[in-house]
Amino acid sequence: MELILEQILNGLTLGGVYSLVALGLTLVYGIMHVPNFAHGAFYMVGAFAAFFLMSNWGLNYWVAMAGAGVVVAAVAVLSERLVFHPLRHHEGLHHMIAAIGILLFLEASAQAMFGADFRRMQTPYAGIISMGGVTLPSQRLLIIVAAFALMLALHLFLRKTTTGASIIAMAQNRDGAALVGIDANRVAMMTFAISGVLAAVAAALYAPINLVYPAMGNLVITKAFVIIVLGGMGSVPGAILGGLIIGFAESFGAFYISTDYKDIIAFVLLVVVLSLRPQGLFTTGAR
Amino acid sequence: MKIIDGKIGWLLLLALAIAFPFFAAGNDYYLTVMATAYVFAIATIGLNLITGYTGQFNLAHSGFMAVGAYTVGILTVDHGWSFWPAFALSGFVAAFLGFFVGLVSLRLKGHFFSIFTMCVGYIMYLLIEKWEGLTHGTVGIMGIPAPTGFAGIDFEAPRSQYYLVLFFLALSVWAMHRIANSLLGRTFMAIRNSDDLAEALGINLMRNKVLAFMLSVFYAGLAGGLYAGFVRFLGPGIASVEHTFDMTMYMLVGGIGTLLGPLLGSIGVPWLTQYLQFLQDYRFVVFGPLLIILVIFVPHGVVGSYLAWRARNASRLATEAAAKQANTQTSAAGVIGRGQQKGSSHA
Repeated sequence: MELILEQILNGLTLGGVYSLVALGLTLVYGIMHVPNFAHGAFYMVGAFAAFFLMSNWGLNYWVAMAGAGVVVAAVAVLSERLVFHPLRHHEGLHHMIAAIGILLFLEASAQAMFGADFRRMQTPYAGIISMGGVTLPSQRLLIIVAAFALMLALHLFLRKTTTGASIIAMAQNRDGAALVGIDANRVAMMTFAISGVLAAVAAALYAPINLVYPAMGNLVITKAFVIIVLGGMGSVPGAILGGLIIGFAESFGAFYISTDYKDIIAFVLLVVVLSLRPQGLFTTGAR
Repeated sequence: MKIIDGKIGWLLLLALAIAFPFFAAGNDYYLTVMATAYVFAIATIGLNLITGYTGQFNLAHSGFMAVGAYTVGILTVDHGWSFWPAFALSGFVAAFLGFFVGLVSLRLKGHFFSIFTMCVGYIMYLLIEKWEGLTHGTVGIMGIPAPTGFAGIDFEAPRSQYYLVLFFLALSVWAMHRIANSLLGRTFMAIRNSDDLAEALGINLMRNKVLAFMLSVFYAGLAGGLYAGFVRFLGPGIASVEHTFDMTMYMLVGGIGTLLGPLLGSIGVPWLTQYLQFLQDYRFVVFGPLLIILVIFVPHGVVGSYLAWRARNASRLATEAAAKQANTQTSAAGVIGRGQQKGSSHA
């Protein structure tokens, strides 16, 4: 029973992190219709920023997380301005290749500056909490609480504020949004900034129980793509639900099937789902 | 200019390639760089078939190259086959696998196809890395035999290896030329230009897309098989998506959807990297932004831009000629008109 409970908590941890990354990806897709392959690099930049703000500047964990958010938001807005904005009238293939260009640039820059070594990030929450016979590292608990709090905040922002509503409006209908006076440039930049912050927070939360290295974003971003394809591209609830599904599939898969193959589970799930339902799990329309 | 466009231009290129070892006299390093570039050129030509001609951006391409390479590696090292029969299989194993992958993935369109194939590529990479019983895992396959010689030629020396790879490259380019100019190639391009329009013309989308996919990964498998016999060591790294990104860059620099473009790109870019050697692993600090700049400003690559320039030039000359003709007629009429008033001074 305890083992199962532990797997559930594990699944929630992984699911929380994956959902945050997938949310940023799905928001950008909703607005720009661009599969942002560089999003995993944003995640990596966030981890490095938090790591160096903590280790070199001696900042507090939460301040470092906020700092990483600012850094990655700036990187994301810059790439929107310099790369995706000039390409907005081009065909689909060009966006993807440009996004790959950003990904390669950020990854190579990180490697040039910091080397390919693996680093371990410190956390003030290294202890273990035990509740009713279940032991749980407090960082994992923190991830679950923080991730779901952030998702709630994002939901409230999108639903209750005018700025959030303008993002949703533009995702629903670009021309219609422009007709009622929504500034497409401002919304696009804001969406990229939000997606950058989400990636940075996810990275700063997950890095202490994982490692920091230049290629760390690759697997996470690929899984985030699986999630938003499963959940429906551009759908916010779909990204959260999809993140949880993949999180649980991985934690139970690692436990019951094999730790070696746990990274494959998400992809096999995608292949199976898309073979049976090419339109995704939660979408109704054709694509 | 026109004279180097057609058959003569290609023969000139081939002659240059054949003469290359004599220019690089005694420098085996240059030969190796060039032969490696040729291997990747074969794979890139394949990627161009599905992406440039058919319009489906396949991100699992290097995975299929790895399938071809591991076919040769596993059959020769673990099962004692000699190189040639294993190599003959490499393309077919990749195409066989490509049939099933294509059948599932090509039901998706545009971005979804790319995302899906990226995941397929990851599955291939992770399987190669984890399935130690079959692929030797991260240790890799060592000591793959060189292609066995025949008719007194052995393929141990860099020069004979160079010619071997060149032979297959020339064959690949010729075959791709035949495909691109056949009805089949036109069909693929029709699908690229518009799914709906192609379907309205009575083209079976699924069958043709799967066929393009299989042909494309056949090239990748073949390139992988050559790579195995040429480098003679294999690790899971060959399947990593970075290699697909590399090939995408070659294709884009040269000119996507052209025959010569991917070839020029995959030979030119590695040479450029040779000169930027101090960058080594950091080459993408330069090439990443370069890729973006190309996509924004020169989306058709070197060859594509040249073709567009020539087409523009031809049409400008044509309109100028037409305008001149029209002009002489009207001015002639004007001269006659004015001539009646103050004599013919404008003749």
